[in-house]
Amino acid sequence: MSYVEQLTEKVDTIKKGGKEKYHKNNQERGKLFVRERLNLLFDKGLDIEDAFFANCMDDELPSDGVVTGIGEMNGQKVCVMANDSTVKAGSWGKRTVEKIIRIQETALKLELPMLYLVDSAGARITDQIEMFPGRRGAGRIFHNQIKLSGRVPQICLLFGPSAAGGAYIPAFCDIVIMVKGNASMYLGSPRMAEKVIGEKVTLEEMGGAKMHCAVSGCGDVLAKTEEEAIEFARNYLTYFPANFRSKPKKAAVPAQKAFHKTIKDIIPANQNTPFDMKELIDQIIDTNSFCEIKKLFAPEIITGLSRIEGGVVGIIASQPRQKGSVLFPDSADKAAKFIQLCDAFNIPLLFLMDVPGFMIGTKVESQGIIRHGAKMLASMSEATVPKISVIVRKAYGAGLYAMAGPAFEPDAVLALPTAQIAVMGPEAAVNAVYANKIASLEGEERQRFIKEKQEEYRDDIDVYRLASEMVVDQIVEPDQLRVELGKRFKAYESKNVEFTKRKHGVLPV
Amino acid sequence: MTQIKANMAGNVWKIVVSKGDTVTEDQDVVILESMKMEIPIAADEEGIVKELSVNEGDFVNEGDVLVIIE
Repeated sequence: MSYVEQLTEKVDTIKKGGKEKYHKNNQERGKLFVRERLNLLFDKGLDIEDAFFANCMDDELPSDGVVTGIGEMNGQKVCVMANDSTVKAGSWGKRTVEKIIRIQETALKLELPMLYLVDSAGARITDQIEMFPGRRGAGRIFHNQIKLSGRVPQICLLFGPSAAGGAYIPAFCDIVIMVKGNASMYLGSPRMAEKVIGEKVTLEEMGGAKMHCAVSGCGDVLAKTEEEAIEFARNYLTYFPANFRSKPKKAAVPAQKAFHKTIKDIIPANQNTPFDMKELIDQIIDTNSFCEIKKLFAPEIITGLSRIEGGVVGIIASQPRQKGSVLFPDSADKAAKFIQLCDAFNIPLLFLMDVPGFMIGTKVESQGIIRHGAKMLASMSEATVPKISVIVRKAYGAGLYAMAGPAFEPDAVLALPTAQIAVMGPEAAVNAVYANKIASLEGEERQRFIKEKQEEYRDDIDVYRLASEMVVDQIVEPDQLRVELGKRFKAYESKNVEFTKRKHGVLPV
Repeated sequence: MTQIKANMAGNVWKIVVSKGDTVTEDQDVVILESMKMEIPIAADEEGIVKELSVNEGDFVNEGDVLVIIE
């Protein structure tokens, strides 16, 4: 055998990954081989691969169970690490960890987005001294992720387990796309939980994709298949620049589709009646440009990327169809992270308000709704990208503040004619101010009094009065909102401000 | 059998289905009133209404069962 033949043979063997039976197991579960995943993810497969021969002296550990390198997604170069679950269940040995650390360092040097295709059982316990505690042990992966955060986009595609320490890889990514049925995240497995704390649960309950995307909030997107997850990641990255130094690319403006309803038809006049904010979003953004993040988690607030007149815009919108769009601890957390994500990568923000305020009651107070709400206010306040807030209907109490109210330096506060801004709604306000008087009245007299005071209150918070006081910058005809936003976002493109000078603020977590 | 639960604390304002009705996924079954807002509660899946667990005017906490469908 010549040297070249020998090399070719070694390359071919390593490229095949682990044993045939593990490939078969994966196929049965709808899981693709790591190299097939990379072929789907990239325009033309992996361009550059690093440490392909890692651990090649051991036939059982091709590439030491992880593929790392650089490829292109829609023409954008990105760095990637991808576990190979056919090799010792994708577990991490010394070289696996070193490979991951090196590709992260490459992403940091080249300022390229970093993708993590996770499908791993966690640490190889037999190798723990080499891969766990040291300077270039697994902890360094997370340290690097934290350093990369906000410098380059970090995306996690979770195809299988991410167990114990490994579960922090998704935790430090900007976004986690999980495949239903196969993806899971947990610190301790159900088996460990039963042994250590006596709890008996299934894997799905403990850390399944659906639970994380709908309940814990550790997952952002629930995909039905691996192909769907990969397609989502490819589309998601088109909204981002390669790093924090640049702006997202503009796209061609597609023809606006026709709508059966106007925005005026969508918004009910009665402040208390729900409507679907997604219908309104659909009308103001470029056709089919909405990329929703955390759709299943805290649905009372909508967060998603979109394009308006070709420019990328991050939308934070109240959803009165869910929980009356009242803000809860989870809704505040969801919005806080999304705002930070957009601000980090120079994506302008649009707030669409129809918010009765933060939830009250013992349950949310004991959950710490005040400190959770404070996180949303802090990240919104610190965001220096162009910010426009639109008061669609009501903006009551701290809801006005959390959704980029006038005091938080938005570039503009726009109002639709249906807008109402107040400390609280007319019903609650009249009850609060005239409690004694109302108690002293009876029957029809009481009803008449309440109605009269509510009318007075409504006049007092009338949108024209607020425009006259310059609380709002413009009252916009609802069906002209898209045009108005397009003009304003264009005008604010050159915004260049620094929030303040300091080492960093103290996050109200 | 599926329990449809309140997603937040509030008062039962209107029950919009009756026992024996067929409901489709995402169809509203109960409307709560909380924070002065109407809060529609929809069925998670298709089924037949087996039991109404609350009356109009009742106070419910987050997680309380409103309707059972089969």
